[in-house]
Amino acid sequence: MMLDDFLIRAALAGFGVALAAAPLGSFVVWRRMAYFGDATAHAAILGVALALGLSVSVFAGALVVSLLMATAVSVLSGRGFAMDTMLGVMAHSALAFGLVGVSFLSGVRIDLMAWLFGDILAVSRGDLAVIWGGAALVLGLLAWRWQALLTATLSPDLAHASGIDPRREQLVLTLALAVVVAVAIKVVGVLLIAAMLIVPAAAARPLAATPEQMAALAALIGGVSALGGLGASFRLDTPTGPTIVCVAALIFAGIMAGTGLTKIVRHNY
Amino acid sequence: MRLIAAEGLAVRMGGTEVLHDVSLTLERGEIVTIVGPNGSGKSTLLRVLIGALRPTRGRITRAAGLRIGYVPQKLHIDPTLPMSVARFLNLPRRRPAAALRAALEEAGLPDLRDRQMADLSGGQFQRVLLARALLERPDLLILDEATQGLDQPGSAAFYRRIAEVRQEMGCAVLMVSHELHVVMSASDRVICLNGHVCCEGHPEIVAQAEEYRALFGTGTHGALALYRHEHSHSHDHDHPQPHEAAE
Repeated sequence: MMLDDFLIRAALAGFGVALAAAPLGSFVVWRRMAYFGDATAHAAILGVALALGLSVSVFAGALVVSLLMATAVSVLSGRGFAMDTMLGVMAHSALAFGLVGVSFLSGVRIDLMAWLFGDILAVSRGDLAVIWGGAALVLGLLAWRWQALLTATLSPDLAHASGIDPRREQLVLTLALAVVVAVAIKVVGVLLIAAMLIVPAAAARPLAATPEQMAALAALIGGVSALGGLGASFRLDTPTGPTIVCVAALIFAGIMAGTGLTKIVRHNY
Repeated sequence: MRLIAAEGLAVRMGGTEVLHDVSLTLERGEIVTIVGPNGSGKSTLLRVLIGALRPTRGRITRAAGLRIGYVPQKLHIDPTLPMSVARFLNLPRRRPAAALRAALEEAGLPDLRDRQMADLSGGQFQRVLLARALLERPDLLILDEATQGLDQPGSAAFYRRIAEVRQEMGCAVLMVSHELHVVMSASDRVICLNGHVCCEGHPEIVAQAEEYRALFGTGTHGALALYRHEHSHSHDHDHPQPHEAAE
């Protein structure tokens, strides 16, 4: 059976996360929510600690805590707090409390690296089901709300005038973010989830003329990064999660250099 | 037919009362302009009417199924968001390509569908904003200083277009404007706002109201040039030759 091969499972897991992270990451970029993604992802380690302590599913623990964090940030930002400070405080506090929490648990200290940077090669069939289930949920949710989300992102006032409530759309994104964080922990770990959201979307930007093109290109770049990173880490014997992000970053740099060069050439001739 | 009615609106923002005791109604097919100095609450009032701001007091009644087309004062599109003209016109609802072409043509624009919104000139941008609002087939078109940044011929053309739109679609138009001379000739009714409704009515009547003159002075902006023949200020009778006296 094909899924018996851990490399195939790893590739499918990476691909699933890249697919869900791409459109969501595009919104994170458009709405300048990069730090928001970081805070939610960092909070997830607290969820992992709690889940291990209570012997419940790590996915469920991470999902619940991410959801709480994302909602808290969402509510606070609506009330006009100084957000970068607030997010900085919350993101790092959640990470610190999570790390301290994990240290109380006996036997998991060795696994800490896996939660921080992912352990894609250890993805089980069950994990794969959770990852693809979560990815399908996020993609479905975003596809359903796509037009309203875009309008609200473009301008909350235009959304209001058309009878769209921007706060409800914000809630959709909050929910989607928590799900992506929860399913991506196993693949890239809490420290690099935000990178999977932002780097492919940012790389896609110069090549896209519409929001849909940007999301689709981001998915492609994310997918290529996942597969390329997996292959490279296998050959070079490097940690897989960070290698995937390195490949994405190299693609980003390549596209930036390419478009920059094109502009210079066009400008001169 | 009454489209929207606001009663006793008050809006408080960060401790200051931006609006108080504002009541207004809009009927189908009329062009109403809100004038007022900076900080008089004009944009706030529009944002309350479109539902983007909740008033602290008062209430708003809308006709059932009221469709609003809104043209903001300025629309900042984040540079990270790629947005072609066609894609923009497809928000919040997707339209057939023919409808988009027609909308651009009616707006007096060439087929800009593949251009990026960020690459449009100021005038083109405003026309595209208006075209998008009109694609909603609005009952009520709300414009917030939509000609800001346009030169005089540009804004004159923009207001001619508004008058045409009203003719063609029969929608009501509510707009905020600084360009008093245009306002006076293009509106059925003028509301003079300064935290509250100072005065309202037919442009000629408002132009002569003490409250309006207190805010805008008497001859500034050429606003009253059109109506100079109707000046009947009491001072003129007391001092028949004010110019000679001044010399």
